[in-house]
Amino acid sequence: MKYLFLIFSFFSLTSCMSIEPWVSPYERDALADPIMTFSRTPVDGAYMNHVRQSREGARGAEGNTGGGCGCN
Amino acid sequence: MQKEIPEAAVVATKPIKNQPAIHTLASKVVLTLVFILMILAEPGLAKVLPEDRVDVLYHSYSGGGITINGPSILVRKAYKDKISIWGNYYADMISGASIDVQANASKYTETRTEFSLGADYLVDRTLLGIGFTRSTEDDYDANTINASVSQDFFGDLTTLSFGYAYGDDEVRRNGDDEFSDQATHQSYHIEISQILSKNWVFNLSYEAIADEGFLNNPYRSIRFLDDSVAQGFSYQTEIYPRTRTSDAVAARTMYYLPYRAALRGEYRNYSDSWGIKAQNIEISYTHPWRERWVFDFNFRIYDQTSADFYADIFPFQNAQNFLARDKELASYDNISVGLGISYQFNKQPFLIFSSGTINLNIDYLQFQYEDFSNVLKGQALGSEPLYELDVVVTRAFISLFF
Repeated sequence: MKYLFLIFSFFSLTSCMSIEPWVSPYERDALADPIMTFSRTPVDGAYMNHVRQSREGARGAEGNTGGGCGCN
Repeated sequence: MQKEIPEAAVVATKPIKNQPAIHTLASKVVLTLVFILMILAEPGLAKVLPEDRVDVLYHSYSGGGITINGPSILVRKAYKDKISIWGNYYADMISGASIDVQANASKYTETRTEFSLGADYLVDRTLLGIGFTRSTEDDYDANTINASVSQDFFGDLTTLSFGYAYGDDEVRRNGDDEFSDQATHQSYHIEISQILSKNWVFNLSYEAIADEGFLNNPYRSIRFLDDSVAQGFSYQTEIYPRTRTSDAVAARTMYYLPYRAALRGEYRNYSDSWGIKAQNIEISYTHPWRERWVFDFNFRIYDQTSADFYADIFPFQNAQNFLARDKELASYDNISVGLGISYQFNKQPFLIFSSGTINLNIDYLQFQYEDFSNVLKGQALGSEPLYELDVVVTRAFISLFF
C-alpha cells in the first residue's frame, strides 16, 4: 500500500506543476499517421487474440482491450 | 461423490495462490488510479472518440485436424461527438477434431456465436467505456460485462487507462444431461501510453485475471500407465483446480521511420498460480506503398513452461489430486510469421462512407511441444514422437469509414 501512496503523492505533486509538453501538437503529424496505431485493424486484432488465447496457456495484457470488445 | 485418493499420491503441485489476495490488491490499485484520475482531471484539449467504421471480416483457421471459419462484423458510430456506440457479431463454425479428441472421441461440428454491444462516452479528456458480450455454444454459455476509463495527461503526451471485466459461464457436456457447472472470471487491466518523441511511443500494460469454478475442458482426458491393456495405458478424465490467478505484463513500443513506415516491438511476461510461465516477443513492420497500399510483416516467438499438475503420462490412476494432459498446459514454443496487405479502394466519399479498405492477412504458426506425445502415430509407448502443430490463419475483411 505504501507504493500506492508514493504513486499517488507523485501524481498529486505533478498535477500542481505545469509540465511543458516536449512534443507540441503541431509536431505530431507522424504520430497521427494511421500506421502508428498499435491496433490499426481492431476486428482482426481481436480475432488473433482469440486464436492465441485458445492455443496458448498465457492470457491477458494483449494490448487490444479497452472500450469493450477489444475493439479499440 | 468424493473420490478416494491415496495419501502418498497427493501431489506435488505448488500451492494454489490465495485468490482473494489478488482481488484485494488489484482493487486497491484500481481505486487508487481512479483517485489519481479524479485529481488530474482538468479542462484542456479534448480527447477524441474511436473512429466511426464498419468492418466485415471472414476468418479461417486450419491446422491440427481442425477447421474453423466464420464472420465477424463490427459497426461503430458516434453521436454528437460525445458517445460512440458499437456492436459486434462473431461466429466460429468448427469442424474436425484435434489430437485430444481423435485419441478418445469422434469428430464433431459445432458453432459458437458471440454478440457484443458497448458504448464509449467522452467527457473532456476522459473516455468512459462499457460493454456486454454473450457467447453461446451447444455446451457452453458465457456472459461478460466490462468497464474502462482512459484519460490523457501532461499535454496529452500520457494516456492512463484501466478496465475491469466480469464473466459468468455455464459449462455443459454433450451426451451427459446431468453434468452442468459454473465458472466466473474477473479481470483488472491497467495501461499507460507515453509519447516519447515526435516519432516514438511507448506502452506498458498489466492485467490480472482471477478464475473460479469449472476450468477444464469436460471432454479431455489424461493417460496413465496400465499393464492390463495391450497399449500399456488407459485414460481418465482431467481434474483441474477450481481457482486460477494470473499476471501478465507487456511492454510495447512503436517508432515512425523517416521514409513513412512504422516499426513495432512487443515483449510480454506471464505467470499464473498453476505454475505456467510464458513470454513472447513480437516485431512488426508496416510499409505503405504508393498512395493506396499498406503492407504489414510480423514475426512472433512464444514460449511457455507446463502447469505443475501436467504430465504426458501419469504412473497410475488418480496419481495426483489435479491431473492435466491438455496440450495448452504443456511445455512448448511456437513461432509465427504474418503478412498483411491493405488496399484503399476509394479515397472519395461514396454512399454514406468517406473511404474504405480491402484487406488480406495471413499468419503461419508452428508449435513444437516438448512433453506432449503424438499418440496417433501408433508407435509403442515410450517411443512416440513429440507432437507438432502447423496452423494457417487467414482473414479477409473490408473496412468502411463514415
